[in-house]
Amino acid sequence: MRIGGIDIGSRYIKHVVLDGSQLAETYKVETGYDPLAQCQELIDATRPDALVATGYGRHLIANGGGIPTVTEIKAAARGARALFPTCRTIIDIGGQDTKVIHVNNEGSVMTFEMNDRCAAGTGKFLEMMARALGFEIDNFGASCENNGYQQAPVTINNLCAVFAESEVISLISKGIRREAIAVALHRSIASRVASLAKRVGVRQDVVFTGGCARNPSLKAMLGERLGQDLLVAPNPDILTAWGAALCAEQSPP
Amino acid sequence: MSNDYTDMWSSLGLNLQAHQGLLGVLSDAYENIYLSQQNRPEGMEYFDFVISEVHGQRIVEIVNKKIEGKPIIGTFCVYVPEELILAVDGVAVGLCAGADVGTDEAEKYLPRTTCALIKAFMGFKLAGLCPYVESCDLIVGETTCDGKKKAYEILNEVTGKVYVMELPSMKNAESKVLWKKEVHKFARKLSEITGIEITLERLKEASSIVNAKRKALQRLSALRSHDPAPISGLDALLINQVSFYDDPARFTSQVNGLCDELEERTKAGTGIAPKGTPRVLISGSPMAIPNWKLHAVVEGSGAVVVGEESCVGERNFSTLFDRNLSSVDETVDAIADRYMTINCACFTPNNERLGDIKNMIEKLHAHGLIHYTLQFCTPYMVEAYRVRQAINGGRFPFLGIETDYSMEDMGQLKTRIEAFIEMIKEGFRS
Ligand code: SF4
Ligand code: SF4
Repeated sequence: MRIGGIDIGSRYIKHVVLDGSQLAETYKVETGYDPLAQCQELIDATRPDALVATGYGRHLIANGGGIPTVTEIKAAARGARALFPTCRTIIDIGGQDTKVIHVNNEGSVMTFEMNDRCAAGTGKFLEMMARALGFEIDNFGASCENNGYQQAPVTINNLCAVFAESEVISLISKGIRREAIAVALHRSIASRVASLAKRVGVRQDVVFTGGCARNPSLKAMLGERLGQDLLVAPNPDILTAWGAALCAEQSPP
Repeated sequence: MSNDYTDMWSSLGLNLQAHQGLLGVLSDAYENIYLSQQNRPEGMEYFDFVISEVHGQRIVEIVNKKIEGKPIIGTFCVYVPEELILAVDGVAVGLCAGADVGTDEAEKYLPRTTCALIKAFMGFKLAGLCPYVESCDLIVGETTCDGKKKAYEILNEVTGKVYVMELPSMKNAESKVLWKKEVHKFARKLSEITGIEITLERLKEASSIVNAKRKALQRLSALRSHDPAPISGLDALLINQVSFYDDPARFTSQVNGLCDELEERTKAGTGIAPKGTPRVLISGSPMAIPNWKLHAVVEGSGAVVVGEESCVGERNFSTLFDRNLSSVDETVDAIADRYMTINCACFTPNNERLGDIKNMIEKLHAHGLIHYTLQFCTPYMVEAYRVRQAINGGRFPFLGIETDYSMEDMGQLKTRIEAFIEMIKEGFRS
C-alpha cells in the first residue's frame, strides 16, 4: 500500500509517498496563489492509496476532497520519532510558525508552544533578512561561517521583521560587514527560539526540523544555547509530511 | 429583524448607519456559528429570538421601564450586587462588550495595549452603537483591574454617569469591612436616585429573583456534566451572556424549561455530540457577547466545551444568597459577603480560584483545560502560571490561549486547539 502525506505550508507544499514504511517519493513545490491546484497536481501524479493532509492549509484540501487531516504538531512529532526514536523535544522552524513540541517516551504529544502571531523568529524573518543583505537564503547560514563565528560585533535588537530590516539597513550604512550582520540576525533568532524551547522544557534528544533546519549556523547557535547537539534529518523539510503519512497508517480514515 | 426600531434608535442617539452595520455583522456571525450547529435543543429557540431582538424588543422593554420611572443600571462586573438594583425596581444590564467594533474611536482615548473588552465597551459608547449604555441612568464601575479603573475616568467624562464602587484587592477582615461599606453606600445611592427606600421586603423579593436565576444557571451547568453533552458549549455560553441582559424572571423560566428538555436528553442518552467526545473546560477572562470565538474553534475542532470558569459562567452563579435575616442592615452585610465568594484574578492571593477550577474539572468530567486570556489582561495572564501548576502538577492537559476579538490569529488558534484535542485523544488511547 502506498500512503501519502501532504504538508501545505505557507511557503511550500511538501508531499511524500511511503511504500510500506519506505520513503518512495518526495516533492516540494511553492505554495503559490492557488495551493489547492498545486496539491491536486501533486496527488494526480502520485496517486497514493491513502492520503493525510497537514500544515496550515490542511483544511483547504480536506474541505475540497474529504481527506483526513492532522495538525502539523502531531505530524512533526510522528515524523521526528520515526526517524529518531529517542527524541523527546522537537523544534520546528517553518515559514511562518515556530513550534516546540514535547513528546513522552511513547511519542505522544504532551505539550507544545508556538510563536506569537507575527513572523518574528520564523523562516520568513530569515528570508526577509537574507534578502535585505543580498544573500541567497540557501547560503545565508553558511555566510555566517565566513565571519568565523567570532563574537558578533553587532547585535540586532528588534524581533519584528519590519523594524529589524531598518536596523539592518542602518548597520549597512555604518559600514558593518554583511557577514557580521548575518551572525547577529542568526543569534537573535536562536535566542528567541531557545527561550520558547525553555518554556516547554528541553528533554533529550532534541530534533531540529522544518526548512530552517538546513541552516547550519542556526543549528549550531541553537544547539549552543540549549547545551546539546541537535539532530537534523537529511531532508528536514519533508519530516512533517512524512509524519502525516505515518498518521494514516495508524488510523485509517 | 421584523420591526422597524429606527425611531427608537435615533432617539437614543445611536449612529444609525454604523449601528446597522453592526447588526448585519452580528446576524451573519450568529447564523454561521449558532444556527449551523447540529442537534440543538428546542429550548434554544427562545435564546435565538432574544439575540435577534437584542437591540430591538428588549430595548423597547427597557425604554418603557424608563418611562415608568424605573432606573436602568449598567454594570461591568459580577461584583456589583444585582439584588440591590432589583430592590429599587431597577433594570440591571451588563455593558461589557465582545466585538471588535468602535476600536478606532476607543483608541483615540485608550492605548492600543488595552484589553479588547475595555476597548470594546468604550468603542461601543463612543461610536454610538449600544442602545443599552444609552439607556442607562447610572453606570457602575468598580476598582478591579487597572485598565477598567482608568477607563472609567474617561467614560465618566464622556457620559457623566459613572459611579465607581471601591473593590478591595484582598479578602482579609479589613477588606471585607471596606466592601460592606461600599455595598451599603451603593444601596444608599440607589435609594437616592430613585427615591425608593430599600426595605427588608424589597430585599427579600429581589434576592429571591436573583437566586432563582442563579439556581437555573447552576442547573444548566450541572447538566453539562453528562456524556454525551446535552447542550453545546456555544449555546450554554450564549445563555450565560444573555443572563446579563434579559428580564431575570422570564430568563429563569426559559432556562428551567430548557433544562427540563436537557434532562430528558440525558435520560435518553442523546446529546449534541457522540458519547466519548473530548470535553474541554475553559477558564479565564470573561467572554462578553458576541465573543464566541474560542468556543466556536473548540467545538469546530471536534470537542465539546463543558464549562466556563469565568464571570460569564460559573463565577456569576456559583454562590447563592438565601439567608433569611431580620434587618435591612444585616441583609446588606450578608449580600456583601456573598459577593466576596467570587474568585477573580484581580484579588491577591486568589488560591480559591485554583480550587474552583479543580472542582469543575472533576464535576464536569473535563479532559483538558484551556486557559483563556484576553491580550493585555494582566491579572488572568499572570495567574495562568499558577493555574497550570495547580492542575498540571498532575499532568492534566493544559493549553494557554492569549487572544483578542480580531480574526487575525484564527489560523494559528485552530492549529493550536486542534493539536490540543489530538493530544487529549491520544491520551485516551494510551
Ligand atoms: S473578572 Fe473580575 S473584574 Fe471582571 S467581571 Fe469578573 S469579578 Fe469583575
Ligand atoms: S478582561 Fe482582564 S483586563 Fe479586561 S477588563 Fe476584564 S479583568 Fe480587566
